[in-house]
Amino acid sequence: MNINFTLVSQAIAFSIFIWFSTKFVWPYLSRAIEERQQKIADGLAAGERGKKELELASQRSSEVLKEAKQRAGEIVIQAEKRASDIIEEAKKNARVEGEKILAGAKAEIQHEIFSARESLRQQVAGLAVQGASKILRREVNAKAHADLLASIETELK
Amino acid sequence: MSTEAELNPTSYIQHHLTHKTMSIGEGSFWVLHVDTLVMSLILGVISLGFIWMVVRKATSGVPSKTQAFVELLIEFIDDQVKNTFHGNRHAFVAPAALTIFVWVLLLNSMDFLPIDIMAWIYEHLFGLHNWRGVPTADVNTTFALALSIWVLTIYFSIKVKGFGGWIKELFCAPFGKNPILWPFNLLLNLIEYISKPLSHSLRLFGNMYAGEIIFMLLGMWAATGVAGTIFGAVLGVGWAIFHILIVVLHAFIFMILAVVYLSMAHESH
Repeated sequence: MNINFTLVSQAIAFSIFIWFSTKFVWPYLSRAIEERQQKIADGLAAGERGKKELELASQRSSEVLKEAKQRAGEIVIQAEKRASDIIEEAKKNARVEGEKILAGAKAEIQHEIFSARESLRQQVAGLAVQGASKILRREVNAKAHADLLASIETELK
Repeated sequence: MSTEAELNPTSYIQHHLTHKTMSIGEGSFWVLHVDTLVMSLILGVISLGFIWMVVRKATSGVPSKTQAFVELLIEFIDDQVKNTFHGNRHAFVAPAALTIFVWVLLLNSMDFLPIDIMAWIYEHLFGLHNWRGVPTADVNTTFALALSIWVLTIYFSIKVKGFGGWIKELFCAPFGKNPILWPFNLLLNLIEYISKPLSHSLRLFGNMYAGEIIFMLLGMWAATGVAGTIFGAVLGVGWAIFHILIVVLHAFIFMILAVVYLSMAHESH
């Protein structure tokens, strides 16, 4: 183990190798690695952003859903109210109509009664006049006593 | 090994611990360990070349499996550096740490290759006698690395704090500014400057060298017959498995210490 010129030659070789790796090896790969690290960092950031956006979107969708449910509930309540209103109104209308029909029928009945009574009275009057004229056939001249007959007739009415 | 005249434990170990040398000048200093140099260059070129091929086609999209592997490695280093060094680590410290870790790990890993088979391959396939395959078990390699880091710490100290700031820190830290304390500060700093590269390099060297020696000692069981060979092989597997930990751990420690020293150089007291 004697020290000799090998030392110097090895030192020269070592210097050349260090120079080579400083100049040609290190910069290329460290650049590539740094670029990749940047890419990975960007990718991770993008993923994180996507996750956040997804969270936001799902939050928004759940909000929309909630609102829609509320709206639907309101609409159903309104519809029910409207339906019951319509039923109430229909009932009222039906009652009014029924009363009207009833009143009309009553009026008609009155009218019938009245007209029947009238025709009956007329017939009675006619019969009375007929009977009277039968009795008074001979002495009574229909023409001469028209006034009288008419007055009797009016009286009987 | 067949070329050895007599085969005994001493010659066996010496055979495996002898470097392939090449003299390039007068004196014992001007010698090159060809095996250390060639192995470390090959491994460095292969590993960094592989990483370079991958990162050239690096995409920031979905990575291929190879790219993912390299990214894992680089991010592991980057994390370690980030925890220790608080500056623009991309400019120098992190890539340097990557180079150190990958290179030292591979150099250490050569220890897993079975020592006698590799010696046979080196000798008969490549015609290389006395070829040692683990460059970090050569003290020259670890000293080269540690001293390079050491020079870099001084360079960055001066670069960050200025020459005056660096000198001032030699005298005024860590005890205080009082002139009475100057000699102690300087002494402590000198000791620190000397001990840093020593401990840094010898820790790695010692572990790898010892690992190699233990493989050799286990290999010597083969001299006792078939049962001994099997026993030695079992022990060798155990040591190799444990050695995985040591190899990775010491590559990691070496890298972390380098990062710590470099970041200490960037901080002023």
